[in-house]
Formats: sequence, C-alpha cells, structure tokens
Amino acid sequence: MDLRSRSEDTLQVVSVHDSRIDAAVAIEFKEAMRSATDGGNDTVVLDLSEVQFIDSSGLGAIVAAMKQMGQSRKLALAGLTPTVEKVFRLTRMDSVFPVFPTLDGAITKLKT
Amino acid sequence: MKVLSMTRTTLLPVFSILVESGQLAVRDALRQLLDGLKPLDLDVEEAGTVELVMAEALNNIVEHAYPEGDTSGPIRISCEHARDGLHLTVVDAGRAMPDGRTPVGAAADLDVDFCDMPEGGFGWFLIKDLAKDVTYQRHDMENHLRMRVAVALS
Repeated sequence: MDLRSRSEDTLQVVSVHDSRIDAAVAIEFKEAMRSATDGGNDTVVLDLSEVQFIDSSGLGAIVAAMKQMGQSRKLALAGLTPTVEKVFRLTRMDSVFPVFPTLDGAITKLKT
Repeated sequence: MKVLSMTRTTLLPVFSILVESGQLAVRDALRQLLDGLKPLDLDVEEAGTVELVMAEALNNIVEHAYPEGDTSGPIRISCEHARDGLHLTVVDAGRAMPDGRTPVGAAADLDVDFCDMPEGGFGWFLIKDLAKDVTYQRHDMENHLRMRVAVALS
C-alpha cells in the first residue's frame, strides 16, 4: 500500500497511490494509515483522487483509520472518484467524514 | 414510417468465469468480468455498480464459504445479458449461508458513539441496494447466488 504524507500548513495530507482499497489490502491500509498519522497533525486529509475502487472492507478500513486517530482529531476525505463517492453516499458514511470534491478545496477550507 | 429508437438491439452472449477461491481470486474475477463486459461500453457509474455488487458477493464467498482453515474451492460466475440488465450467477462449493438465506443487509446504524462507528456489515447492504432479484439457493452441496444489475438495458 503506497501512502505518501506531506504537511500543508497545519494540515497533514496523506495521498493514496493505489487504484484500489479493497479486501485484499484493507488491513495493510489501516496499518499504513496508523504509521502515517501517529503523532501527526490534528487534521488529516486523505487524498483519494487516485483510488478508482473501494469495497466495504476498504470503507471499514477508512473508518478504522479515523477511530485509531482518536476523537479529538479529524480525518477528512478529498478527491472521491465516482465509485468511491457512491460507496460513501449509499452507506451514508459521507455524513461521518467531512468530504471534499478536490484536494485543493479541502486544503483551502480546512487550513487555519 | 421511420421508427426512432434508442434501444440497444444486441445482447452480449453469455460468458462465464472460473477462479479458485483465495486472496487474489476476487481481483482476478472482477478484472475478467469487466473485460467480458467491455463490448457493452458501460459508463463509469454502471461499471462501478457491477464491480461493487460482484466484489461484495465474492468477498463473502472467500471469507465465509471458504474460510481460512478450510480447503479452497472453485467460484464460478456466469453473466447473462438480457433486456432487463445483467443476470449474474455466482456458484461456490463452500459452506452454506447460515440459516439457508442471505443476511437482510440492513443499513448500518451511524447514530452511535465515535468508538462504536461500524467498520463492517456494509457488504450485504450494498448488494441489496444495488442489485435486484437477489436469490440464494443451496443445492448439490453448492451455493447459488443470483442477482440482476439493471444496466445495459434495452
């Protein structure tokens, strides 16, 4: 699982450089997110613009990533492609995460 | 009189896919399924729906019909294109569904505390939300799951 992390002012941006977050990589994704976000910024933006497909296991792994960051921090999602957006919308998980159409939009809105 | 019609006249011939259950079976089967559907030129929305429904059905088989510790076995997919969409059949020779039926697939309860936010249980909800006419039968020691995805209509 190729995750790349960088700082953007007060934000941390974690970009997923893989086209799928599915059952085959869900556990690996969750662990990679733990390493990427441990002790990091309060607000993390997960850039999903390269992810073309996510299944329910991948969705569960993103929820797990949010929970392991803790309730005092925020995990926002940006750059959802059509099928990824569909999974979040149908399961109403788009009401649990702040969701932004683009990474630039997320950075503009979230940086303080 | 000239009849203007937007309907699709050609139906894709039936095709089938056979994979051995395991870690890479789902990605392999999905790639073969989407390759088989290429002549239909589905848009990203339709292709995403087909892929999602089949991914969830296959993930369930790999996880529950052939769980770790059991010997793996075959998963057969057949895809029949009809005027009301794609009729997908998935057959495996693994363990039966508990109670002989598919889970209800209720939407997850999100009105819960942060630490209780659900990390699973979305699979059958997505299948039943996106597919029509979902039926499950156990016969001849096999699980037969049938689903219709209403895309490529004519």
